[in-house]
This record gives sequence, structure tokens and C-alpha cells, in this order.
Amino acid sequence: MSAWTGWRDSDLWHGFVGSRLTVVAAVVAAVLILGALFAGLIAPQNPFDPLSVNLIDALTPPAWQAGGEGRFLLGTDDQGRDLFSAILYGSRLSLLVGVASLVLALVLGVGLGLLAGYVGGVVDAAIMRVAEVQLTFPAILIALLISGVARAVLPAEEHGRIAIPVLVLSIGLSTWVQFARTVRGSAMVERGKEYVQAARVTGLGPGRIMLRHVLPNVLNPVLVIATISLGNAILTEATLSFLGVGAPPTEPSLGTLINKGSAYLLSGEWWIVLFPALVLSLLVLAVNLLGDWLRDALNPRLR
Amino acid sequence: MTEPVLFVRNLRVEFTSRRGTLVAVDDVSFDLAPGELLGVVGESGAGKTMTGAAVLGLVEPPGRIAGGEVLLSGRRIDNLPPAELRRIRGREIGAIFQDPLTSLDPLQRIGDQLVETIRTHMPLSAAHAKQRALDLLREVGIPGAAERFGNYPHQFSGGMRQRVVIALALAAEPRVIIADEPTTALDVSVQAQIIALLRRLARDHGTAIVLVTHDIGVIAEIADRMVVMRAGRIVETGVTRDVIHAPTHPYTQALMAAIPVMGRRDVAVKPQAETLLEFRGVQKSFDLSPPLLERLFAGASRRIVRAVDRVSFHIGRGETYGLVGESGCGKSTVARLVAGLYRPERGEVRYAGRRLQMIFQDPYASLDPRWCAGDIIAEPIRFHGLLSGEAAISRRVDELLGQVGLSPADAAKYPHEFSGGQRQRISIARALAGEPDLLVCDEPTSALDVSVQAQVIELMRELQQRLGLTYLFISHNLAVVSNIADRVGVMYLGRLVEEGPVERVFTAPRHPYTRMLLAAVPDLAMLGIERPPPAGEIADPLAVPPGCAFHPRCPLAFDRCRAETPALRADAAGAVACHAADMDL
Repeated sequence: MSAWTGWRDSDLWHGFVGSRLTVVAAVVAAVLILGALFAGLIAPQNPFDPLSVNLIDALTPPAWQAGGEGRFLLGTDDQGRDLFSAILYGSRLSLLVGVASLVLALVLGVGLGLLAGYVGGVVDAAIMRVAEVQLTFPAILIALLISGVARAVLPAEEHGRIAIPVLVLSIGLSTWVQFARTVRGSAMVERGKEYVQAARVTGLGPGRIMLRHVLPNVLNPVLVIATISLGNAILTEATLSFLGVGAPPTEPSLGTLINKGSAYLLSGEWWIVLFPALVLSLLVLAVNLLGDWLRDALNPRLR
Repeated sequence: MTEPVLFVRNLRVEFTSRRGTLVAVDDVSFDLAPGELLGVVGESGAGKTMTGAAVLGLVEPPGRIAGGEVLLSGRRIDNLPPAELRRIRGREIGAIFQDPLTSLDPLQRIGDQLVETIRTHMPLSAAHAKQRALDLLREVGIPGAAERFGNYPHQFSGGMRQRVVIALALAAEPRVIIADEPTTALDVSVQAQIIALLRRLARDHGTAIVLVTHDIGVIAEIADRMVVMRAGRIVETGVTRDVIHAPTHPYTQALMAAIPVMGRRDVAVKPQAETLLEFRGVQKSFDLSPPLLERLFAGASRRIVRAVDRVSFHIGRGETYGLVGESGCGKSTVARLVAGLYRPERGEVRYAGRRLQMIFQDPYASLDPRWCAGDIIAEPIRFHGLLSGEAAISRRVDELLGQVGLSPADAAKYPHEFSGGQRQRISIARALAGEPDLLVCDEPTSALDVSVQAQVIELMRELQQRLGLTYLFISHNLAVVSNIADRVGVMYLGRLVEEGPVERVFTAPRHPYTRMLLAAVPDLAMLGIERPPPAGEIADPLAVPPGCAFHPRCPLAFDRCRAETPALRADAAGAVACHAADMDL
């Protein structure tokens, strides 16, 4: 109870309630995330199950359009999949890839950044040179590279299974650098502070000081970047899937759906591309707005 | 009495937030005659800076002037529109702030900054403005003004930068200058020079100066009248001499009693004990060179600072050894060498005790903001395995909190919930938790208000007697050191230049630098006595003068001092490294 009243009195909460846009963004994000999480319960159809899909239903327009059917609220795609269900399942996949690649980037970036910033010297130089080389490879190139190698090495039936890990790996590898740089900078500042020196005088080892003293004090900016990166990761996933190196057509993510729909954009079946694109934009926008709020709320200079 | 040039009546400044209204300045009234120097003194949070800002019209939202009036030459200025106020600021009322580095635009040559300021306020041609700028630089004592006209702020030392800031404030001959802690960021010898400069300007130009500071010593040296503030209100006002010698308000009385005065000590001299810490010819340098590639291709040279140069001294068990000197003299490097944070590159550090701990200057940075006080204090106990079991540790933490004058309930609080003095007490408790023999204290009271400083010094003395602690006490404040130390060492540019029992060193100094330091300390006893400020500034540590490093500033220097570095020679009364002093012996 005291934790709750403490939160109710905090600047974070007041900044949140004070900004109507942030509250709207939070509600939108919550609806989309809950919809994705409980897709199995909400969706009228399992779009990943070939048996529940009927080709006869293909390219049905949305329910309120002429020729639309009540059971396909947002219409169907070229294989007869219910678009509403496909969007729910697709955003689950998009979020999963986004969050998983973010976790990978966080572990890599925060760990290496902390090491580089606190230890310094040769370790710092080595890590940061690797990071700079990493920055010259866009996520798409990494994804193409990894999936290309994986497709060459693994048998054809395995290709669908590796699609998601390849996505996570390539997006994670292309985002860790910004975490590493941020954490490195903050860790260098914290290392010079007297509480860290006090810990060193006491005799604590570098590992213990890094984890128990420095890490908690450099996490604020990381939290902000992580939120904004989540939006970017989801977008990158969509881009990769749109280009065909991402989620397989049998398990479409939002990007895959947009990719498929784009083929029908000029032939009149606009709903296949519009609704997934709308959900994607809303999701990324909401997450980014939350990130902006977090940035302002945690920035002591703006208080 | 002449007509006051500045007239402040019932000034009130408020800060409104969702947590309520904070009154920063409450019912403050004073006036200022032309050429008068008014000192405004108070501890942190007293509202003295905010008073200065309100007079300048620089109170930023959410703060606002909620009442009262400010009259400049009979004209009300606190309710003027911003554009009007901007015209008055600089033209009729100037400002000098604490940090001379941030007061100047780092990307603009100082000459251009001066000319710009002059032409903003005065109808002068570019050539005339430049002439005036040069005159101003000469007047504030910048040597080679014409050559330095095109230099950038970073090419000046701290003291010279503050002179440039003063020249900027004087640019349009304002009638009033608000100086907010103008000497706080400076070394004592430079501070004495700036004080002398301000005093001369007030006399020669008839400029009235409001000097806002926490340092009563500075006010005693310079101010005609003074105002003592506390919690936004004026508690006492009067002629400086009267307020300092016969304060009437209880708060002023307590404040005056808390100021450390040279040589006021009541501790018996301790007998010689076994040596706990010994430095033998210790040397430590820092490599500030640009990266290797830059050196290879751009021909940049190596830059090595010898922070500590062949320093030898020892500390006996139970003793307090004071180490003094101006910024950059290497005293903090010595502290870190003792604590094992740096390794000496030559010589050796011998420590005969078991553990040692350190107390730092900045009470805000020395505690991990994410840990509660109890965990902070318990960390050395847990790490060294001094006690086992949470109950025992928690009892010990409570006991330590009690020893430093805090209560067991404070263990659950976080650093931001404590005041600066309380945080320093937590630092001391954490240091004691490691059961050290030696405590290395690096400017432990420099960031504290005088009354809090007195309490912390008292606490440290009491703990020493009770626990038999040994202190290495580093400070730039000679009065504080004279109150707590048994023996004292004086450092200049990395070398120990004098050492001995504190009474002897401070009453009969042998090294000319020690004499200069002692003469520069603003002292209540020096009230109203004008002294010539010490000459020159500390040399650039990257270009230490050959021979005796002090010779360019030394009144006694002769040829040998410029060629040969004097060795530290010891006798019964201590040690000194000076050719001139050697001849006296």
C-alpha cells in the first residue's frame, strides 16, 4: 500500500496523468498488447492453421462493404485468412520478435558498455571498435547474411523454423551498439564519482562494483532508449518480413501481411494492406510516445 | 549620508510547485550607497543568491517576485518588462558569478566579448570600444592586455578569467555590481588578489557592490556593512566590524563561534607513537598526452603531469597529519596513493595497519544514490565478513549511526533524504564500519556550511579520542587544519615544501610559500587591515618552473633557486625545502 501511495505522489505519476497524449498512448498500447497476448482467445480463427482456412473465402472485403461477411470483420487475404485474426496473431509475432531482440540487445549492449566504460583502456578500445564496425552493417544486411548462411547450411524443411531466431539475432545485433555507447558514457561518469572510489577503498572487486553500484545508476537512460528501440525493433521486423527475409508466409507477422497486401493494393483489395499497416503505425507510435514521456520524466534537467 | 543608489524594500521571492509554496526570500530590505561594499552572508538555502538574482531581475519560473520593490537610482525596476530590464542590466547594474569558466562564452575571444558588451550599452565606435576594452583589461590587472585581447577563455587561469568577468561587469560603468560568490572557486592567494581588486574598484569608481558569499572571512576583509541571512530572512544587519565582534542575534553569534579561527585548539600534543603510514620518495605522474596517432601524425607532444614528486613523510598511530596546499598541488593524489586507488611509480608506501578507509569531499557524490543508508554502512561489514548474521549487522549499523549522531530510523532512508552534513556523517559511519586504523579525509568539510563543518570536525575529534583513530586530513582551509591536526605538511606543485608540528608551522613558517598562504587567508582577526595580496599564480603543472618551483613568486629567490631544486631538510622543528631558509639555519 505504501508503495502505491509513494507512486501516486511521484513526479513520474504526475507527469503521466498530466499529459493526455501519454495516457491515450498507454491505453492504445495496452489494448494492442493485450489483444496480441490473448490472440488465441479473441481471434475467431487460427490463421496459422491451414485446416481452418478456406480458399473460397479469399479476398472477402470488410464486413461493412458490399460483399462483406459478418464472420470476417476486416475481410480476408488472398488465401481466405480472416484479417482480424491474422492481425492479432501477427502483432503477437511482431511484439515477440521486438521484445526478444530488445532483450538480446540489452544484455549485449549493457554488459559490454559497462565493461568498456568501467574498465576502460584496451578493453574499452576493443569493444568500441567492434561496435563501430557493427554500426556499418544495417539490420537488413545482417538478416540477409544470417538467413542466407542458415538456408545454405540447413535442409529446406528447417527454413521456416529458423526464421524467427534469425530475425531476433539480426535485429538484436544491430541495436546493441546504442545501449553500449550510452551505458559506457554513464559508466565512465559514475566510475569517477566518490561512492565508487569509496567502494574501491573498501576493497570491493571490479565485478561487484560494476553490478551492485554502477549498473543501477546507469539504467535510467537505458530504460528510455529501450522503449524507443522497441518501436524501432518492431518496425525493422516489419521491414525484414516485408522484404521476405522475416516471418514466413505460413505464420505472417504484420510486415508479412503488409507485404502480401501490397500486391493487391492497385487491384482494389486495399484492406489487406491498410489494416495491418494501421495497427503497426498505432503500435509504434504509442510505444514511442511512452518512450518520450519516460525520457522527459526521468530527465532531471527538465523537471 | 548620500542618497542610496540601490534600495530594496520588503522583497519576497516565492517558488510555487504542486507540493506547495516555498518562500526563498522573505521580507528582505537593505540599501546601498554609492561606492559602498555590502556583504550578504548566510549558509546554503539562506536565500542570499536568490536575493541577488531578484535585484538583477533573473528569477526564473517557477520562482517569482511576490512582493516588495527594488529601486535603482530612485527608479523602480522589479516590475519592468523584460526588454527594459535587459537594458538596465549591464548598463546600470552588473553581475559577477561564482564560476568564471561558465560566465564567459567559451567560443568567443575575450576581446570580442568585451567589445560586444561595451557597444551594446554605449554609443562608441568599434575602435573606441576596443580602446575601452583594453583599458578595462589593464585596470583589472591582466598582464599583456593587448596580446591577450584575442585569446579564448580557456587560455586563461581561473583567477585571470575572474578578472575578465569583472572587466565585463564594469564594461558600461554600472552604478551597482552584484557579485555572487566571486572568489569561492579560487585559491586563497588568488582570492586575496580579487578581493583587493574589488575593493579598489569600489573606491576608484564609486561603484556600489553587493557581495554575496558564505565566507565571512571575505566579508570581514572587504565589506563596509553586512547583512546576515537565514531561511530567506535578514536576521542581523550592521557595520561589518560590529556584527563580527559583537553579534546580537543568537544565530549570528552561533555562526561566528562556528568559524574556524587559526590556532584555536585545545588538544594536548600527543607523544610520539609507532609509525603507521610511511611515504618514501613517492612519485606519481599522469599522462595527459593526446592519443598515439595524433602524436605521430599531427606532431603533438607528450604531456606528463608529475602530480606527486618524491614525497616522503610519515604518520604515527593516533596522530592527525594535515596536508595543505592550493588546488593542483597534489594533495588529493597523495590521498589516493595512501588509499591504494593509485600505485606509486617510484618510491614506496608502507602501511602498518590492517584496514584503511576514506572520506571524500562531495557529500552528494560519495554515497550511492540507489542504496539506503543502512546498506551503505553495512557494505564494508559484509564485504570484510566482520560480523555474521543480519541481526548482528543491523545492530552494528544502529550503533554506528548513533556514533555519528544519527538515529537508527535513518538506516532505511536514502541519501537524497539527508542534508549535506548528515550525508557526511553517513560517510564517516561507513568508513568506521570497516574498522580502519587510518582514515584518509580528502577535504571532508569543504562542501559544508560553517556551522555544519564545526560539528563534523568536533565529531571527528571525538571519534579519534574514543577509537584511537589516525587521520590523514587534507584541506585547503588552513584554519580547519590548524584546529584538528597535530603535524602539518605543505605541498606546492607536487612537492612537500615544509613540514612540522602545526603550532610551529603556522606561527613561525619557514618556507616563503607557507608564509604567503598564511598571509592570504581571509581572517576575522584581520578585520579592516589592508594587506598587499600575494603575487602571481600557481604555475601550469605541465610546465613546472626549473629549480625551486616556487621561485617565480618568491620574494627571496636568488640564482640558486632558479637552477637547483632544494631538498627537504629536517631538524627538530620539522623540515623545509628552501635554499633561503637553509641559509638562515
